[in-house]
Amino acid sequence: MWRGLPVFVRHRTAAEIEEARAVPLSDLKDPETDEDRVVPGHEQWLIMIANCTHLGCVPVGESGDYDGWFCPCHGSHYDTSGRIRRGPAPKNLVVPPYEFLTDTVVEIG
Amino acid sequence: MANQAGNYTPGTGIERWLDDRLPIIRFSKEHLMDFPTPKNINYWWTFGAILTFMLVIQIVTGVILVMHYTPHVDMAFASVEHIRRDVNYGRIIQGTHAVGASMFFAAVYVHIFRGMYYGSYKAPREVIWMLGVILFILLMATAFMGYVLPWGQMSLWGATVITGIFSAIPVVGEAIQTLLLGGFSVANPTLNRFFSLHYLIPFIIAAVVALHIWALHVPGNNNPTGVEVKETRDTLPFHPYFTMKDLFAVVLFLIPFAWFVFFAPDILGHADNYIPGNPQVTPTHIVPEWYLLPFYTMLRAIDFNVLFIDSKLGGVIVMAGSLLILFFLPWLDTSKVRSGSFRPLFKPFFWLFVVNFILLAYFGAQSADGTTWSIANAIWAKVFTFYYFAYFLIILPLLGRIERPAPLPASISESVLGKTNG
Repeated sequence: MWRGLPVFVRHRTAAEIEEARAVPLSDLKDPETDEDRVVPGHEQWLIMIANCTHLGCVPVGESGDYDGWFCPCHGSHYDTSGRIRRGPAPKNLVVPPYEFLTDTVVEIG
Repeated sequence: MANQAGNYTPGTGIERWLDDRLPIIRFSKEHLMDFPTPKNINYWWTFGAILTFMLVIQIVTGVILVMHYTPHVDMAFASVEHIRRDVNYGRIIQGTHAVGASMFFAAVYVHIFRGMYYGSYKAPREVIWMLGVILFILLMATAFMGYVLPWGQMSLWGATVITGIFSAIPVVGEAIQTLLLGGFSVANPTLNRFFSLHYLIPFIIAAVVALHIWALHVPGNNNPTGVEVKETRDTLPFHPYFTMKDLFAVVLFLIPFAWFVFFAPDILGHADNYIPGNPQVTPTHIVPEWYLLPFYTMLRAIDFNVLFIDSKLGGVIVMAGSLLILFFLPWLDTSKVRSGSFRPLFKPFFWLFVVNFILLAYFGAQSADGTTWSIANAIWAKVFTFYYFAYFLIILPLLGRIERPAPLPASISESVLGKTNG
């Protein structure tokens, strides 16, 4: 939880990272590269605020048509980088400011 | 015509003394007893009285509930359960209030559709209609905030989704959302302010109802023929003729109301609201209460971008537009004939509008889970949303020009005596 909002921390497999990076930016509604959404050296950790950018529901992990998240409220699909792919949401899932204090401790905010 | 002077003559010295200072008895006699009311109004006209009755029921039960309710995220859910289990007659009081919201909306929809069928919004009654639209919007706001108070899963996530709607407004949206929530997420400050407003708005509603009736008492009631009152034999005094008729209708209305309260108080709600609110988990199937569904469907129907307007803002514009368009109805309908009974072309389009509205509600309740079925639903939702707007923006303005209305009766009395059936 950060500012009362739930946060997703997902440990991605190499295949999932590969899948996210293979997507051409022209396919995206809110174009952003996977590299911009993670910290170099910690690419396997995807940290995002767990509220759909449509109306704030918590999307369900590892589901939807793009193996990322699926929001049950109004049917938005996110990919393995948390980017919006289909549905009413306008933006990618929001990445909060954070830094790795050590390899195993992250400070959000 | 409708403002004919009452025949109040103060009988005693005290009455004369009061009448010179505060003519409240004269006012009541003129407006609650002698008020000339068209003698041909049918049972669809009793819903005004039913709605007044419902407002009183909701305020009385609500005031009692507040005595036992705790507006805090850690205790709200438990306090509602406490009311239902421990408070004397709490099961009935809480049930009446919760079911009452649904019954209130059922009556309000009948009342609105009656006005739309009989053209009650047309000159000189535009202001009555517009005050009615304001009442409808206030009622929706009150019902939504009341639903948040038990702090179940649906309460919390309903609040999240509805306040999220405001974040779609360009530039100031997120600031408005933060102000509504009292923070960055739905939490204790949100519950407190919704509780406060849920108690306040019903009294604003009561005040607007007073204006609504005041505006009604200037031209007087519309009636099923849509022909204005022409002579005194067209009307009867409100009391006892219509007070008794309205009272009888209230009794009939209480039968289903009581059935719900006593035998199925939760049938109109969602089971998920019996899970205490949890900000980490969204219920898989989140839908508003039935009475908000048609508007929710129109919000969801816009899942595509239009030029620079993204889908989220587009949905919000369409939903807000579906309510705001009602304000313009008196000027969008170009027909000079009030009552739908004398408009052969209007009738099928009106009934299609009613069916369309019910279908909008049906599709609002369907889950958007990405299956083929839900994709088909999304297409239908767009079709029904289109018809909702087309009725106001295309059909009504055109019908007034191309339709040949049936001959109108010369007066209310003539129609009652059987020459033309209203």
